[in-house]
Amino acid sequence: MRSRYKYAVSNAPVLRPNRLPLRLHIPEPVARPGEAAHFGNLALAEAGAVARPDIDTVEADVRHLPYTLIRVLDDDGHAVGPWAPGLDAEQLIAGLAAMLRTRIFDDRLFRAHRQGKTSFYMKCTGEEAIAVAQSMALGRNDMCFPTYRMLGWLMARDYPLDALVNQIFSNAADPLAGRQLPILYSARDYGFYSLSGNLGSRFGHAVGWAMASAYRGDEGIALGMVGDGTTAEGDFHEALTFAAVYRAPVILCVTNNQWAISSFTGIAGAETATFAAKALAYGIPGLRVDGNDFLAVWAATQWAAERARANLGSTLIEFVTYRVAGHSTSDDPTQYRPKDEADHWPLGDPVDRLKAHLIAIGVWDEERHAALTKQLDDEVKAAVKAAEAVGTLGASKPPVGEMFECVFKDADWRIDEQRTELGL
Amino acid sequence: MPSMTMIQALNSALADKLADDADVLIFGEDVGYFGGVFRVTAGLQERFGLQRCFDAPIAESGIIATAIGMGAYGLRPVPEIQFADYILPAYDQLVSEAARLRYRSSGEFTAPITVRSPYGGGIFGGQTHSQSPEAIFAHITGLKTVIPSTPYDAKGLLIAAIEDDDPVIFLEPKRLYNGPFDGRPDQQVPGWHGHPAAEVPEGLYRIPLGKAATVREGEAATVLAYGTMVHVALSAIEECGIDAELIDLRSIVPLDIDAIVASVQKTGRCVILHEASRFGGFGGELSALVQERCFYHLEAPVERVCGWDTPYPHAFEWDYFPGPARLIKALRRVTGEA
Repeated sequence: MRSRYKYAVSNAPVLRPNRLPLRLHIPEPVARPGEAAHFGNLALAEAGAVARPDIDTVEADVRHLPYTLIRVLDDDGHAVGPWAPGLDAEQLIAGLAAMLRTRIFDDRLFRAHRQGKTSFYMKCTGEEAIAVAQSMALGRNDMCFPTYRMLGWLMARDYPLDALVNQIFSNAADPLAGRQLPILYSARDYGFYSLSGNLGSRFGHAVGWAMASAYRGDEGIALGMVGDGTTAEGDFHEALTFAAVYRAPVILCVTNNQWAISSFTGIAGAETATFAAKALAYGIPGLRVDGNDFLAVWAATQWAAERARANLGSTLIEFVTYRVAGHSTSDDPTQYRPKDEADHWPLGDPVDRLKAHLIAIGVWDEERHAALTKQLDDEVKAAVKAAEAVGTLGASKPPVGEMFECVFKDADWRIDEQRTELGL
Repeated sequence: MPSMTMIQALNSALADKLADDADVLIFGEDVGYFGGVFRVTAGLQERFGLQRCFDAPIAESGIIATAIGMGAYGLRPVPEIQFADYILPAYDQLVSEAARLRYRSSGEFTAPITVRSPYGGGIFGGQTHSQSPEAIFAHITGLKTVIPSTPYDAKGLLIAAIEDDDPVIFLEPKRLYNGPFDGRPDQQVPGWHGHPAAEVPEGLYRIPLGKAATVREGEAATVLAYGTMVHVALSAIEECGIDAELIDLRSIVPLDIDAIVASVQKTGRCVILHEASRFGGFGGELSALVQERCFYHLEAPVERVCGWDTPYPHAFEWDYFPGPARLIKALRRVTGEA
């Protein structure tokens, strides 16, 4: 075929001297299955090494914070440095209990899925400190716009366990009446906004909520959460724009657990920059925090909350953590990352670290820990048993008429007719 | 009673709701100090203050996301999307969040927001300032979609929309903002002044969502229309002399099915008129409903007169626009006068 163009284009590269051909870069993690796992690229800092600015410090003076790592608990279990939040033993033990309850619940309900008792489950193993510390650090008038790895928020506020299991089983006692996928809870009275499977779409709701609170002159603030993968969504950036523009009393957080299903953080844009550094362009403070350090999470959340409550606007916090489990019950992480990668994670396990701290300050021991574990295990077992008595997935479900409820406040004729067509 | 254009009637509705309810607030691109590119929010910031009516970043998804968060909190935000063509970046927010929030949270959280947006062509706006996207909202259960055709209706429907506890897409026929355009671009468009439906009361009144208006009673055929097309249809009916009944749906969700069925069962003939392109348009749903409920009363196939299945074409605007001539042809076909 003859070219339409007067000058035919050759496929042969014609390079100018000293110029390399262009090359498309596709980011790859440091190790895939069968390769040696390591986290040598992860920038760390010593516990206690980062100064804690006053909350009214201007943003221009905190621009180094996205590129360091705020940590409180050192390797010996001591709380060190200016970010140590000074919690009493009772608070610390309550935090440990909520984290442990979360982990035990996750393990048992994951097994329930494998036993065919539900259709779906997601664990937050290794990330428990984030939701629990935030839940305890924030107040009853504040609203969390959670990710699906924030069961700890509800655990820290003593949400009834059997209601959780009923929701997971979509049984007749499901508080969401069978309309929502397991674990996508909604618990307004517990400061827990309605979850959905797509995370970024509610980041802006957190900003709107916070703006509404400010508009009314109320006291509550909002907490928006996404994962590392979601930072690539436009929703993330639009929420940050609105938060910055209107100085909304909101804390916007990225749980960087290293993996978005099978994509490592480089695919989300963090091969050279940190997620906390996204804050820089919006002119708001960005903190990078050890997410496996209960005390650091608490302290960073509290710092951001104090700023929000003082009308100083929003803060972006990146919590550096590791997703120990698969993305969900439908995922097998050994397909895309080294099997033993979790063992190489440099920031340890959040439960073990808080436990070591409690032992180091002399308020805890192995015996009490074993007793607490047993007690929580019994509680979870009892809740699962109670929910099983109502029924597991398929064996029991809410009245089918619930399918037609809550589409609108008042159903229109379509819903009414279809309800009748179904024989209701 | 004052005579108002549709812009003034909408402005009056917003002002009255701002005065009536401290939880109502307005934001959107250029709506604050400037008062909106079509002037619908003119003077509201000056009268009610910065916090009640303010400018938003050019981020439609962010605007709707923020509004949903405010709505869940307990406010009644009335965000503006500058052109309905620009609502698409916010579609995920409307579909996955606004429309689903009540359902998935068992009513713990709701999104009582009213999204105002000018739609429709006839202003030489090309494909990004002319579209009629109502069908993509009608398809999403959980959303209501309202389209006024007169200043009186615009005010009453907007107030009802703002007070509604579910999310409402409020599409404003921009070609009707300043006068009852009847689809004849070669003729001078009369202003609203002097039109009976331009008599708009001061103060709050409501037109319930889901109640159609019979604009003209007739026996020979039923014309179903909304927005700009109501005036096109009336003009066409008057020109051709066919005694058609004209129904202005006013909202497509909720849909006044009873009014539609009663009229078509009476006339036995139905023509559906909308500016949006035909394939997959809302006319298809109307046609199916009429067929399902009025089949044994029908004397002729249901006709759809719509925009062609092309993007909105700039230079061919009046070839695309389903004007009176095309409706008259369809009316003649269904009544056997062709």
